[in-house]
Amino acid sequence: MSISTIGAPHEDLFDRRPLSFDRRLKRNRINRVLTGVAGMFATIAIIPLVLVLFYVLVQGGSLISLSLFTELPPPPGLDGGGIGNAVVGTLVVTLVAALVAIPVGVGGGIYLSEYSMGGWFARFVRFGNDVLAGVPSIICGVFVYGAIVATRILFDRSYSALAGGLALAVLMLPTVIKTTDEGLKLVPQELRWGAYGVGASRFVTIVRITLPSAFTPIATGVVLAIARAAGETAPLIFTALFSPFWPESLLSPIATMSVLIFNFAIMPYEAQNALAWAASFVLVVMILIANLLARWFSSFAQR
Amino acid sequence: MTTDSSNDAFTLRRRPPLERFLDTGFRQLTLALASVVALLLLGIFLTIAEGAHEAIGTFGAGFLVSSAWDPVNNQYGALVAIYGTMVSSLLALAIAVPLGVGTAIFITEDLIPTRLRSAIGLMVELLAAIPSVVLGLWAIFVMEPAIRPALELLHRLLGWTPFFDTIPQGPGMAPAILILVVMILPIITAISRDALNQVPLELRQAAYGIGSTRWGAIFNIILPAAISAIVGGVMLSLGRAMGETMAVTMIIGNSLNFSFSLLAPGNTISAMLANQFGEASGIQVSALMYAALVLMVLTFIVNVLAQMLVRRFSLRY
Amino acid sequence: MTSTQQKPKTYANDVCMSLENVTISYGNFEAVRNVYIDIPHGQVTAFIGPSGCGKSTVLRALNRMNDLIPGCHLKGRVIFDNYDLYEPHVDPVEVRRRIGMVFQKPNPFPKTIYENIAFGARINGYRGDMDELVERSLRKAAVWDECKDKLQESGLALSGGQQQRLCIARAIATEPEVILMDEPCSALDPISTLKIEETMHELKRSYTIVIVTHNMQQAVRVADMTAFFNAEAVEGGSGKVGYLVEFSETERIFNAPAQQSTQDYVSGRFG
Repeated sequence: MSISTIGAPHEDLFDRRPLSFDRRLKRNRINRVLTGVAGMFATIAIIPLVLVLFYVLVQGGSLISLSLFTELPPPPGLDGGGIGNAVVGTLVVTLVAALVAIPVGVGGGIYLSEYSMGGWFARFVRFGNDVLAGVPSIICGVFVYGAIVATRILFDRSYSALAGGLALAVLMLPTVIKTTDEGLKLVPQELRWGAYGVGASRFVTIVRITLPSAFTPIATGVVLAIARAAGETAPLIFTALFSPFWPESLLSPIATMSVLIFNFAIMPYEAQNALAWAASFVLVVMILIANLLARWFSSFAQR
Repeated sequence: MTTDSSNDAFTLRRRPPLERFLDTGFRQLTLALASVVALLLLGIFLTIAEGAHEAIGTFGAGFLVSSAWDPVNNQYGALVAIYGTMVSSLLALAIAVPLGVGTAIFITEDLIPTRLRSAIGLMVELLAAIPSVVLGLWAIFVMEPAIRPALELLHRLLGWTPFFDTIPQGPGMAPAILILVVMILPIITAISRDALNQVPLELRQAAYGIGSTRWGAIFNIILPAAISAIVGGVMLSLGRAMGETMAVTMIIGNSLNFSFSLLAPGNTISAMLANQFGEASGIQVSALMYAALVLMVLTFIVNVLAQMLVRRFSLRY
Repeated sequence: MTSTQQKPKTYANDVCMSLENVTISYGNFEAVRNVYIDIPHGQVTAFIGPSGCGKSTVLRALNRMNDLIPGCHLKGRVIFDNYDLYEPHVDPVEVRRRIGMVFQKPNPFPKTIYENIAFGARINGYRGDMDELVERSLRKAAVWDECKDKLQESGLALSGGQQQRLCIARAIATEPEVILMDEPCSALDPISTLKIEETMHELKRSYTIVIVTHNMQQAVRVADMTAFFNAEAVEGGSGKVGYLVEFSETERIFNAPAQQSTQDYVSGRFG
């Protein structure tokens, strides 16, 4: 050896090997096995997505036609028909939910981030918001049923599109509050000081400076929350109920795609099952597009 | 105020009352909106407790351990549903935790090219976006028929144990558990991935710098540093699994009879609510509200524990 | 440096590691190019130079820590113990077990002080008395007195300077042949810095040390050999690429450098 090594004093107490990689070494064998296991787990994790998308696209995609969107579902036992009323219904109910949840959630988020100064009330609301986010969606349905449907508190109507929208709003609210709160926290403090420094009031600072600079994260979160709500079923099955007809008003029962999938999937008729697949296709495509758009938008804005 | 010429250009040296009103009014408004969260929580609890009141008075604590659910004779006990909720969510967790954490390690620890990593990450996140009811539809028509041979094999091999002593005939506890795994896997993966990404680079360098192998560093240094957030995420997904409704309702079989067998139809609290609430009347509604209250308390405990665990662990690190 | 002081090693001027035409790039950007250095045995070698000249990059290349940075690529050869460390059959884990490293920011493991030392020794297959090794390593790193009563407390409970000496103890506990130090004092106060420099003087009896430093006085105080790196704008590009200006005895670099730019840098005229 032309290059000698300085023998460290206790070197003989350590395992010393040549520098070359030895595949048969125990630690290298273990590494290979574990890497293989992790790769297998990752593969297993994405298999369901691939399979679900495949079946939804194949089973549902083959039924896509214009009449699907313009016709009503057929009576049990008959063929043909469409899911037009459910598409409209999903849009209506989701819109109601968004119109309620976004102002309340953004307002509440503004309070938490801009006004509360981290006091006990803010800590309590943040905690409560996390708890609310963990409340199962079926419980939201039961709550709205008990508070609105059973009591006929809304213009003496029981099941209604409005009640369904409110149930979805309860579900959306925690997400909207959280994204607003955290989006506003990302705004650098210097920006607020700058506005206060030229004599702007709190209100003007928030509305003209802080909120616009946090627009991207808030909008991304809100879009994701809406996409999530559009696919929810549990809060709707006994609030918005279902209807085989075109939507009449906000105060009557309304069909939605998610409830249609649930109802038609467990029916013993092939035509209904097929419509459930078609509705799944429409719903999944809508939700995935919203998701990808939100992601693209937020990564685009980050640059 | 003297009429100083330089001040004429600024007409708002004194804030007008309207602006001041806006300023305080906006603060009060946001305060009120933030309070909606607290009111909602209170409202949910009171509405359900009020609805459950009659059933609590009639059946008492026996409701929790009785497996009778008999609308004809108005006898109600939620044991089947409570047992089903616990078993389905815990077993789903047992399967999903290794899968999710393993996937998270695979896509954070530099084992594969960056592009592939973010592609897998995106796919897992998109899986979380698929509505539960669509997964239920898929479970009924695709997954359950596909896994039935495997379940039959399980029955042949392990049929002598009480957990597999029924012949699989379609909907049941086992497919419900599998669909729950699909639903909570993205949560566990996403939270574990974020936790692993937050382990400081310095710590990784320290581990590799003294000659750790990759998996030595992962198990001894990186995972312990991220464990708090991972445990929190696992608890959160347990709460989610316990409350998950649609996919489970569609595939679990909604049986009202108690069975240990995972291959037999079962029930969960949320599935029972989804199935019966619409058509229930009288004390059955109250009994369902009672069950809803139990579910709410269970998820509340799990969620609060999750937050406490996260806090306690994060103090230590 | 031709030290007159008698050393136990007779081969003090032998080459321990040598870099042959090393060029390191991140993705498409070259960070440092065409470096030739022979790092001598049993001495302290310092890398100095302005920010962005690639001296830390070169240091990390010596024990393949750059492997952890996505897109980092090395051309040329790094010879150690008759191996080119970048040959495909070389095991980076084995390399790092023999070439230890101390980082810019103190980074003890979130474990007890005792475990911080024992962990590395254990994974290196240490068969001796662990208690004794922990004490010896902490003593060598001059942090034993502060630690001896709280070996079971978290390493993060120590002060910054103590943490850094704990990290040095952790590095020497595995008995590496070379210790790389990446600006080990940049996050520390002057007193801790002085203690760590004393530790280095102690360590160079048994180890080869390579240190990157921003602080020229530190280089003068601790180093036998010094390499001066500089950065120049790339033709047509927007970034800068680092290169080795000159490598010689520390005394020469600071008193009679061969290059004008070295003279400018060490006399504080730029950088």
